[in-house]
Amino acid sequence: MPVEGEYLGMHLQINDNDGENLTYFAHCADHEFHLQQCQSCKLLCYPPRTACPWCAEADFDWVPVEGKGTVHSYGEVHHAIQPALKEHAPYQILLVDLDTQKDQPEEFTSLRVAGNTATVEGELAPPDVVQQVGIGSRMRMVFKDVAPGLSLPMWTLDEEADQPDAPWRYPQE
Amino acid sequence: MTTDIDTTAPKYLRDKYAIIGIGETEYTRGSGVTTRKLATTAIRHAMADAGIKPGEIDGMMSYSGNDSVQSPMVASDLGIRLNFYTDIFGGGSSTENLVGLAIGAIEAGMCKTVVIFRSMNGYSEVRIGGTGARAQAPLGGDRLHNAAYGWFSAGQNFSQTFMRAMHDYNLKPEQLAKVKVAHSRHASQNPKAYYKNRMTVDDVLNSRMIVKPLHLLDCCVETDNGTAIIVTSVERAYDYRHTPARILGVVGRCCKPGNDITLHYQYGPISRVAAWYAKDLLWPNAGHGPEEMDATGSYDAFTFTTALQLQDYGFAPPGEIGDYLDSGAIQLGGERPNNTSGGHLCEVYTHGMNMVIENVRQLRGEVDDYCPVGPDGKRQHTYDYETPGPTEGACRQLKEVNLTANLGWAYPAAASALVMRKG
Repeated sequence: MPVEGEYLGMHLQINDNDGENLTYFAHCADHEFHLQQCQSCKLLCYPPRTACPWCAEADFDWVPVEGKGTVHSYGEVHHAIQPALKEHAPYQILLVDLDTQKDQPEEFTSLRVAGNTATVEGELAPPDVVQQVGIGSRMRMVFKDVAPGLSLPMWTLDEEADQPDAPWRYPQE
Repeated sequence: MTTDIDTTAPKYLRDKYAIIGIGETEYTRGSGVTTRKLATTAIRHAMADAGIKPGEIDGMMSYSGNDSVQSPMVASDLGIRLNFYTDIFGGGSSTENLVGLAIGAIEAGMCKTVVIFRSMNGYSEVRIGGTGARAQAPLGGDRLHNAAYGWFSAGQNFSQTFMRAMHDYNLKPEQLAKVKVAHSRHASQNPKAYYKNRMTVDDVLNSRMIVKPLHLLDCCVETDNGTAIIVTSVERAYDYRHTPARILGVVGRCCKPGNDITLHYQYGPISRVAAWYAKDLLWPNAGHGPEEMDATGSYDAFTFTTALQLQDYGFAPPGEIGDYLDSGAIQLGGERPNNTSGGHLCEVYTHGMNMVIENVRQLRGEVDDYCPVGPDGKRQHTYDYETPGPTEGACRQLKEVNLTANLGWAYPAAASALVMRKG
């Protein structure tokens, strides 16, 4: 039986043959963030892959990775497409550079983990929170439970981190 | 200008092939016909344009996102017996790619003359923006890493690249808006264009926000249309009605590293697009550099796609595309006009075809603007770019045009390109 669930009017599913995504989202369902680590070159990769993007080896270990990082870029959706997302607009889609393996193995290359700006419970954040988040904001990972074996990583402002005075935001507010 | 690429090495296929025919349907919202009918209409127009008979075409290629008719249906309707056909999956960047693959098919002896088409009811049936039926489809596997975040349409998918580019290059919303301003002025000289009204920077900035940093008027139109171009070898090309547009160089879906489509944001500066890699193929293949181009057709699904590609192909130094836009270079009358038909922002959305068609017409000197047609059947161009259509004499034909570049975009991590010269 595939893993499946409903989330904001979207039907999400992971098929039985998709071992990489089944494992990734099962860890998320335990509210732990794990990534694949190549057994050969020891580099981590994201999102789940079938071989190592750095050395093409196929054998990985799943290892825990700290869910903390800095906003690398964002988009802010004001005109939502899916009907159930309209009431949450404007919502933000972040790319967060993890602190782990940042600028490795090359400059400007990082584990850039996607997610929405969310509350600590993993719900889409309200507009006043969205307006506080920009490039440079410090975020920590939380999880939105969708179904058994399927939770989505989300990002919330890291309350304990030193936040920039003014994260970079789109100039026309 | 900005590249130090050696373009002097000879290339075996440079200048050996040409585009001899171009055709399109009306550009509408609500064609009222099938994609099969749109395709046959566009190809019939391209055949009439070239003066070619069905029996002289023996290859057909097309591209779609499972939203269109396939080649054998269309060929049968037109009495074309195919020695070769291939229908590929894809949208933007497919046009230039297929021109290259058509050359390959002819060179391999599989056929002699290829017609390439794109046919889409992109407004009335399958919306590329992802609204309608496609918004309801189940999301599986790899799509949980993007679409489940409401990260769905092209504009949403590219927004992080665009936002980071503004951050990295200090690009201003007003500078991006100048792409729309230029293309809307071009469209005002084009009777075929879906949106013919000239727009201002303020019009763009005051239009509603779709997904930051994209206002409504930073985004292209969605339309119904068929388009077609005919490619053959130079030996045959001069047997037909028009001076051929000769093909100097192509690039087909050149990628950034780590281009896995769903999350291609892991490698390098994300404000750098695939053009950065494609330029190292394009200019040496063509034997000319960007500074030699008289016009460009830089894919404008969004104002940003035109801008970032122009920069990374070397039309502006790294980080200085904002100045290039401010200079007015991309506007008719400027140094190197871009998308003189109005492009995807204003003329029509064809996944790249209309910009290639326009550059073929430019190279022929026979752009279909509001200039009067003389007794010899040729348009008497005024080169008056200031007076907007439909006033007679409103012109968009370039005075001196020998070389053009088409810069196709699939998404930030994949690009195709095509350089042509006047035959």
